[in-house]
Amino acid sequence: MRLNLTDRDHEMLQGTHGPAVRMAMTILTRMAEVAGARELLDITGAHIDSTVYIGDAGLEYAERLASLGAKVSVPTTLNVSGLDEHHWKEWAVPSTWAKQAHRQMLAYQSMGTIPTWTCAPYQTEMRPVFGQQIAWGESNAIVFANSVIGARTERYPDMFDVCCAITGRAPAIGLHLTENRAGTLLLELSGVSENLQMSDDFFPVLGHFLGKISLERIPVIDGMKIVPNDDQLKSLGAAAASSGAVALFHMVGVTPEAPTLNEAFQGRTPQETILVTMDILRKARAELTHADGTRLDMVVLGSPHFSLAEFKRLSSLVKGRKKHERVKFLVTSSRAMTQLAGEAGFLEPILSFGAQLTVDTCILTTPMLPENIRFLMTNSAKFAYYTPGLLNKQIGFGSLSDCVDSAVKGEIIRDETLWKI
Amino acid sequence: MENLILNGRPVISGVARGEALVSREPLSFWGGYDWKTGEITDRRHPLSGSNAKGKILVVPCTRGSSTTTAVLLESIREGTAPAAIITTASDFFFALASVVAGELYEKSFPLIALSDADFDCLETGDQIEVSQNGQVSIHREAAQ
Repeated sequence: MRLNLTDRDHEMLQGTHGPAVRMAMTILTRMAEVAGARELLDITGAHIDSTVYIGDAGLEYAERLASLGAKVSVPTTLNVSGLDEHHWKEWAVPSTWAKQAHRQMLAYQSMGTIPTWTCAPYQTEMRPVFGQQIAWGESNAIVFANSVIGARTERYPDMFDVCCAITGRAPAIGLHLTENRAGTLLLELSGVSENLQMSDDFFPVLGHFLGKISLERIPVIDGMKIVPNDDQLKSLGAAAASSGAVALFHMVGVTPEAPTLNEAFQGRTPQETILVTMDILRKARAELTHADGTRLDMVVLGSPHFSLAEFKRLSSLVKGRKKHERVKFLVTSSRAMTQLAGEAGFLEPILSFGAQLTVDTCILTTPMLPENIRFLMTNSAKFAYYTPGLLNKQIGFGSLSDCVDSAVKGEIIRDETLWKI
Repeated sequence: MENLILNGRPVISGVARGEALVSREPLSFWGGYDWKTGEITDRRHPLSGSNAKGKILVVPCTRGSSTTTAVLLESIREGTAPAAIITTASDFFFALASVVAGELYEKSFPLIALSDADFDCLETGDQIEVSQNGQVSIHREAAQ
């Protein structure tokens, strides 16, 4: 199988459009060959995940492209950065790290991108539309774009996304193509009450199980009694893209490519059917807690970044209350969303409660947490999954209201009512 | 001494020689590989605690996060990366790190895909030589 390139692709590869385009196209075509693509296709949007500062190689890559004069050729949003430019000095971020992370931000900003600095670009005005061909990095954003919106992207890694953004091209493979978007694994909810389905902690738990069971398959969820909102679907997708490699799921009667079970599978038969019982869900929920006891130093919310609706919910939960003085309480979001929340009046009760805000980054991508913070709690399955390995800290999982109640009490507590049935 | 030759597919061509570090479990480098030392740090992984610097890393594919590419690139720059990686599928995330390292530092590493049956022949401790055409030569001390 050979990769067929257009005349314009050849021009980009030969340097007619400048050295940055040549470098991006060289990487793009070599990787298209690795992926077995026969051709490239046009994209009309990109989301760059390479903005996160890991070390100097990633920085040198960004600065090499920038110094060659790289400019993106399609509207391109930026993922979280390695630095909250506004608040980093309030935390344990070393100044050498801050300097390097900031250089990486500047390099990507110089390419004509939109500095959204968020892992939830689908909750900005740059949200893609159904059927749109895009090249996105950031696992939670990829699964949301594909599943909830019906836009089309493969699971692109850091440093590849920017090559697509510069050239406006992507390999014609995988989830870009209709025939590869059919469900292959059926998950039937069994005995899961409507009340539990309405609760916000149901979705990260279901997502955690989904990621572990799906492997390379495309899961289809059937048996929903309610229509979930964007934030519930976002927490499901983020969980599934952490415990596994899910880049697309369908939910019958909810997501756009699954109006019916038959359409979700494009008329084919599922390879396997699994009943998702309360026992399975209770086990998945327990796996999200990596803490032995009830000790609590800090509550962390906002992975993926908090939306306006989430700020609103939190605001009503904390109104008139005060967190325990020993416990820290952190919410992470983008600077734009945080500003909107402020204008809507949602921040005032949250700040009065004693919470702190971090923008443009999160606890996993900037070294902000001091050593003495050891016991965390979150409503995010993604934080719960990565915190023990990346930060070497214990973390407990609960619903948003569990997190607030725990912060007030000063120890981890959970409402078990809906999970017992 | 036992010698065995396997014919793999060169996803990224190159030559390398070293000791094999083998697992049947996929590996994520983000949260699973310390690029400052080359140690495998995923505490749930069977190779946890082993050092892959200069070795021939043999795992079926990457797992989870797409940030594996970025961490592997850091380790190439730092000189703590495996000398080559052998997989079953042609892994996009490993391949990209090699391609970018080639562009940025002229330091790509060979990535070879083997059939499942050939993959199962490899054992930790084997002396392995990878050649340009994807051939994997194994030299193994005879079992006692």
